[in-house]
Amino acid sequence: MKIPITITVNGKKHQAEVEARTLLVYFLRENLRLTGTHVGCDTSGCGACTVLLNGKALKSCTMLAVQANGHEVTTIEGMSTNGTLHPIQDGFHQKHGLQCGFCTPGMVMTAADLLSKNANPTEDEIRHALEGNLCRCTGYHNIVASIQHAARAMNGASTTELPKSKVTTGELSMSE
Amino acid sequence: MTYIGKSVKRVEDKRFLTGKGKYTDDIVLPGMTHAYMVRSPHAHARILNVNTNKAEEHPGVIAVFTGKDVAEVNGVPCGWQVDFKNGDTMKEPPHKLLVADKARHMGDAVAMVIAEDYATAKDAAELVVVDYEPLPSVTNAVDALKSGAPSVHDEAPDNRCFDWELGTDKAVVDAAFEKAHHITTLEYKNQRLVPNAIEPRSAIGHYDDTNERYTLYTSSQNPHLIRLLLCAFVLGIPEHKVRVVSPDVGGGFGSKIFHYTEEALVIWASNQIKRPIKWTAERSESFLTDAHGRDHTTKAEMAFDADGNILALRAKTIANMGAYLSTFAPAVPTWLYGTLLQGLYTTPAVHVDVTAVFTHTTAVDAYRGAGRPEATYLLERLIDTAALEMKMDPVELRRKNFIPAFDGIEQEGYTTQVALQYDSGNYQRVLDRALEMVGYKNFRREQEKARQEGRLLGIGFSTYIEACGIAPSAVVGALGARAGLFESAHVRVHPTGKVSVYTGAHSHGQGHETTFAQVVADKFGIPLEDVILEHGDSDSVAFGMGTYGSRSLAVGGSAIVKSVEKVINKGTKIAAHMLEASEADIEFAEGKWSVKGTDKSVGFGDVSLTAYVPHNYPEGLEPGMDFSSFYDPANFTYPFGAHIAVVEIDKETGKTKLERFIAVDDVGNIINPMIVEGQIHGGVAQGVGQALFEGAIYDESGTLMNGSYMDYTMPRADDLPSFEVDNAVTPCPHNPLGVKGAGEAGCIGSTPAVVNAVMDALAPYGIHDVKMPTTSERVWNIIHANGNGV
Ligand code: FES
Ligand code: FES
Repeated sequence: MKIPITITVNGKKHQAEVEARTLLVYFLRENLRLTGTHVGCDTSGCGACTVLLNGKALKSCTMLAVQANGHEVTTIEGMSTNGTLHPIQDGFHQKHGLQCGFCTPGMVMTAADLLSKNANPTEDEIRHALEGNLCRCTGYHNIVASIQHAARAMNGASTTELPKSKVTTGELSMSE
Repeated sequence: MTYIGKSVKRVEDKRFLTGKGKYTDDIVLPGMTHAYMVRSPHAHARILNVNTNKAEEHPGVIAVFTGKDVAEVNGVPCGWQVDFKNGDTMKEPPHKLLVADKARHMGDAVAMVIAEDYATAKDAAELVVVDYEPLPSVTNAVDALKSGAPSVHDEAPDNRCFDWELGTDKAVVDAAFEKAHHITTLEYKNQRLVPNAIEPRSAIGHYDDTNERYTLYTSSQNPHLIRLLLCAFVLGIPEHKVRVVSPDVGGGFGSKIFHYTEEALVIWASNQIKRPIKWTAERSESFLTDAHGRDHTTKAEMAFDADGNILALRAKTIANMGAYLSTFAPAVPTWLYGTLLQGLYTTPAVHVDVTAVFTHTTAVDAYRGAGRPEATYLLERLIDTAALEMKMDPVELRRKNFIPAFDGIEQEGYTTQVALQYDSGNYQRVLDRALEMVGYKNFRREQEKARQEGRLLGIGFSTYIEACGIAPSAVVGALGARAGLFESAHVRVHPTGKVSVYTGAHSHGQGHETTFAQVVADKFGIPLEDVILEHGDSDSVAFGMGTYGSRSLAVGGSAIVKSVEKVINKGTKIAAHMLEASEADIEFAEGKWSVKGTDKSVGFGDVSLTAYVPHNYPEGLEPGMDFSSFYDPANFTYPFGAHIAVVEIDKETGKTKLERFIAVDDVGNIINPMIVEGQIHGGVAQGVGQALFEGAIYDESGTLMNGSYMDYTMPRADDLPSFEVDNAVTPCPHNPLGVKGAGEAGCIGSTPAVVNAVMDALAPYGIHDVKMPTTSERVWNIIHANGNGV
């Protein structure tokens, strides 16, 4: 049996009829073709499916589409405006916070949630906030740096950059 | 140089950051159907009957296929042959697309259900009734060799796939052990890992009967090889009628190199039902069917004289191959492992003996580093353990035994006891830099103080070498590879001077679209925006061997340089004609061909246009500006480095906290430092994962116990520190870019550094080894073995 729902996604109202068992992530990916939200697991462990529900980070594989009825969802596709990257997206670009890009949408949405609650997070706070999101490519170092970069850009936050990692093309950078 | 050597921000980022990346599962074709696999819950079972009636009747189901339906179809082949010591060919039992007789590991595919949508396919899969007769199984390779162990294949009743040896005459090695002052011995398991790229594998098969062509979209690291295997070995369909596309791929780490049964199945079945079919793995299927990594059981011994000079090394390894031979599996515990057992040391006698064994487990193949992490773990754990036993400083012990620096030009390459010739190296330099970064002298004082306070602080070292830039075709051919390992590149200069580059390498996170464009833009002296890189589509890229073994830039990049040079040479002819000068007087620099010593010149765009509008043109010269090249490397490349881990262990919980991680790597010349740094970070995280957290666990019945993200522990953001990374540059002497490869370095060096640090922290307890992963439970048990800890 199909159930009618109305969900606002990235500012646009969508009315649809869905199976009761349809997860929010599949509604986004298949009904709305918003494929930026990814599925990485079947146990709510990877965070690749993270979206914002009424402004708060949520793993969209943990919620049924019908439960999102009447709510507002923001996906990665809703983060940039008129082709301009959101400062968090730009932070990931500036600090090489992504490699294969599969975890990236979830990371960006989790970061958005964190920075909305804590404009000036410490490295530990960022790492703690990212606990629910797996990345197999980056080792997280540059994701942390990306979020710090975004915090500075958005809020003039005073977090200092991670200073340590440095690859050079010349001889050893012995002075660093 | 405008771009080479600069941390140019990645051009591919934007699509991923805005949700517009296109991974296989994002693709929807008109009329597409969905497949779900019925998989064996047993590690070993005879299949008595498969009843598909109910499933076929289920509304929305299009077809159900079983092992009987594909009985006439070949299985997926193995791409590397290793022979027994006695010359017999390795045992290579068939790996059918669906099994009809027996399931040989948990997750072995028994049937494929195809339906209008995914949920229906999954529902109907539950209606397929398989009558299993469970049989005794064996998952541990050592047990599988015991007499009376259940056989995985009738073709190999004793479960032996092959045995193999390499190195110095065994008698010479044994004699060196006879006269040793000290022998350090380790017996351990390099545990089985699950690669866990965050994008699950996915494949779409599309047979188009209007032109009798097939298209396979697949999350693969090497689409062309998949096409070759699919066409020539599995389905026997003409290669020119098959297009394989690997679009954006969400990480691979080796696990997406191989040709998997599902790829062949969706192609085969799409011809049966004349509609496209998509299959995407659920994570629990990925755990059961993506090729795993490592799983070596090893006894390793190192012999020293009284001064700490290494006299000899011998190692015996039992390698678990799983239930079937995956595409490159035989190469991993042999030519990618035994050949690296010289390490960075002048050890005069080295011998390694390997037995490869079938078990009722998921196939094991290359996982980030592939053989080289296993070799590095063996050597570096032996060195730190020997230092502990001989009461020497582990740094001094390494220094004493290092191969002296050589550049491969003035000084010859270093010939090892295990079949390789290292290209260039300066091992002391990376270690010195790492020691400086960690502040070694202070650290030992700090550690002393910590110990007095009852805190467990430890430091661990690892100095590694790896063989990358895989590989010279003639060499690997002689070693059993059933493919060449060159790379192809095609550089097409458009009439307006814009450039399309087609490479057979495949990027699944490595940033080739940026790095390769940097190379081409600089060589041509044109803006980066004028270069676009295409990869992953067999219709646009002529051929390719894909991306693995840290080979893309060293091999694929070199092929691109060859094509670039062809463009410049042809441009010189055109420019000479345009400038009415002799070719010998023309030079190319910064995007211009000029007459030497004059200010007469023509630009890249002018020459490109002339090539396509050849009105006033050199006689006899073909129009156009379009060159393809193949590059077959002269040798492997040999990156190396020094990694240092600092840990503190909480006595109460046994939890290891990785406090610092220092990596100084030498990967030759660097095109984009930002990207190299990212590769090192990611590799280190995976290596740390093996040391502290990861490992597949099978129970007695052959069930994978931790096949989900709830149960299999991978490093998360709060498990890791920020990394301290630096590098040195010893250029590769034998490829045009002087690059060695950076993809696996982090993963190869880091694991033993962390385990050595844990052992150093636990030194007060007088133990010399701990099982990987060094979980809190294992460490706690060590601390509390004799009561309440020290
Ligand atoms: S898909 Fe993995 S947490 Fe939702
Ligand atoms: S960038 Fe690949 S998983 Fe995070």
